[in-house]
Amino acid sequence: MKTLTAALAATTMLSGAAFADGHQLSGELRIISDMSNPAPRAVMEGLVEDFGELHPDLDIELTVVDREAWKTQIRNALTANAPDLVNWYAANRMRPYVDAGLFMDVSDLWAEPEFEALASTKGAMTIDDAQWGVPYTYYQWGVYYREDIFDELGLEEPETWEQELANCQAILDSGRKCYTIGTKFLWTAGGWFDYINARTNGYDFHMELARGEVPWTDERVRQTFSNWRELIDMGAYIDDHQNYSWQEALPFMVNGEATSYLMGNFAVAAMRDGGLSDEQLDFYQFPIIAPDVERAEDAPTDTFHIPANASNPEAAKEFLRYVTSAEVQTRINAGDALGQLPVNAGSSVDDDEFLQQGFQMLSNDAPGGIMQFFDRDLDAEMASIGMEGLQEFMVFPDNLEDILARLEDARQRIYE
Amino acid sequence: MANVAPVVPDTHPPVEGGGAPGPDGRSWYKRNEIALTPWLFLIPGVLFFAVYVIVPIFQSFYISFYEWDGLGDLHANGEFVGLGNYERLLGGDRKFEVSFWNNIRWLVLYLLAIPLGLFIALFLNQTVRGIRIYKSLFFFPFVLSQVVVGLVFSWFYLPREGLLNAGLALFGAGPVNILGDPSMATYGIIAAGLWPQTAYCMILYLTGLNAVDPEQVEAARLDGAKGWRMLWYVILPQLKPATFIAFVVTIIGALRSFDLISVMTNGGPFGSTRVLSFYMFEEALSEFGFRMGYGSAIAVVLFLLMLVFIAYFLWSMYRDEKAAAR
Repeated sequence: MKTLTAALAATTMLSGAAFADGHQLSGELRIISDMSNPAPRAVMEGLVEDFGELHPDLDIELTVVDREAWKTQIRNALTANAPDLVNWYAANRMRPYVDAGLFMDVSDLWAEPEFEALASTKGAMTIDDAQWGVPYTYYQWGVYYREDIFDELGLEEPETWEQELANCQAILDSGRKCYTIGTKFLWTAGGWFDYINARTNGYDFHMELARGEVPWTDERVRQTFSNWRELIDMGAYIDDHQNYSWQEALPFMVNGEATSYLMGNFAVAAMRDGGLSDEQLDFYQFPIIAPDVERAEDAPTDTFHIPANASNPEAAKEFLRYVTSAEVQTRINAGDALGQLPVNAGSSVDDDEFLQQGFQMLSNDAPGGIMQFFDRDLDAEMASIGMEGLQEFMVFPDNLEDILARLEDARQRIYE
Repeated sequence: MANVAPVVPDTHPPVEGGGAPGPDGRSWYKRNEIALTPWLFLIPGVLFFAVYVIVPIFQSFYISFYEWDGLGDLHANGEFVGLGNYERLLGGDRKFEVSFWNNIRWLVLYLLAIPLGLFIALFLNQTVRGIRIYKSLFFFPFVLSQVVVGLVFSWFYLPREGLLNAGLALFGAGPVNILGDPSMATYGIIAAGLWPQTAYCMILYLTGLNAVDPEQVEAARLDGAKGWRMLWYVILPQLKPATFIAFVVTIIGALRSFDLISVMTNGGPFGSTRVLSFYMFEEALSEFGFRMGYGSAIAVVLFLLMLVFIAYFLWSMYRDEKAAAR
């Protein structure tokens, strides 16, 4: 009897060792994903299928939750009967869950040599000197514009703020608006602030502001708003943007009533669906405002995390290794899949015009740094109050003093 | 509790069906059947009401004394701040003030649904060919989900393509952006809410009008009453139960005005259309809401506001029941 137990113990040890190798995963792997839009959903389902083929003994259960709904559901999902893997976002956006001990520390993964290929995103995944998840995709922000209208008016892609303003004046004179935007859900205004602030005061100042180390009433912040106001006073933005979502603002650009859109690369698919061909559509990097400031870019990163209460962390970690591997990264970020940028330095970027430009920009022309986005770099509450103020500023720029006082009040309370 | 065995010594042989029989040969349950049965039927309801309504009310009170992000354990991760949340809330939180006054606007303006509903009901209370169709058409908006009503009205108000501005343009009036203007947006949403609520009040009054005593109307007519006097002195008093119910449902409807706001403006522009329930949701549960304690404090204030009305309703129902029993 004793020998039998010993033998059993030996086999378990053996399989335990194999476990660590990641070849004989077994049990159940429960994934909750927010990749609910058609293309991302297909990617996620494909990932699960392929991973399942590599590990036939593993029973993978995938639940896809609506992307917007997930933003409020995640807190319940992480506490009661937690799954083994969830989707979320990088930077400060994950802090509440890290602080509450709901995300698992995966620093051991990041210590593995394969993860050196992901070094560029390590900072965004780091809180308190540990890493709390892995990225699986990111995308550039920038100005998408109607190339045909620019050609018609004889305009060039602007590189400086003066050129941008001159372009805009020419566009306004032709009876169009310069920029479409929909601020009903606020965050789109955050993109404009990120860029104007980072171009005016630099990445480091922007991050200090995001971390609550600088008062909102600071003179440099005012300078950002006064630069922004130049555009607002020109009437550069479409009217009534506070009524529209970002999708509802698209027709203005598709119909040619507005020429540009400061957006993330995910908007390209919607613009193409709206009937714009690649000849009509082009992209440029947000222009330089202060000549001595190095350019920083918004490039939000979407991520996978293991909840602290996960029941099968070994399998979950193996999935993270799999999803970040160079080959898988190339495949899931291709133009016919997510249509975004791979996080692994060993991956290749799709031939798509916008992905190539974006990749070039982020690799070579963003020496200042990579921002995650207004609502991911700032504390959640500060972000929501802040974005509301930005929306108000875009409609009533005269309220600036009041808005700044309100934001400063919130900052002192939140970052006390 | 009461279901302990009786102290009377058991001298009788056991009766089929179990239970200790009392002196008259019946079991304890049989003797108290009439008093107990209603409670037995009520138990599931009471239990669920207690677990899902009563207990959470007290939990909100409790949580509102803490600063807690809603993650993890309240006592481990939360910090007791006493009345701190209330001090901040009532001591000049502008979002709270805006929400509170919007709530008051809702309460007052929503009551317009009652006279509107009454007049449509009076108008429809006639025997014309096809009146049932007209009645159902007027009732139609109440059947729609609030979300659909909100969506339809937000299209109606659209600054460029909307029907409202197309109509205004016919009269040469300039385009207005009702939902984008912080001084008008709340009224725009209330108008949208009045559409289904009027239909609801109308149906209540239509049923009430069926119960109006034709002999009284006849007698009043012989005495020379007509028009407004007839309505005020003869019809309306008989519609009092319908008015009461219409009042109750309208007040409650005004206080739970959440879905319309969420669909039509999402609380904006710049938070000018928030009401307390929406503010509570934003602070405690929404995408960026990690202030469970603060949200609970808002919920408590909203609860107290509602309590005023609930107490009034309960009191007036109690009064009516006593009058009926006399």
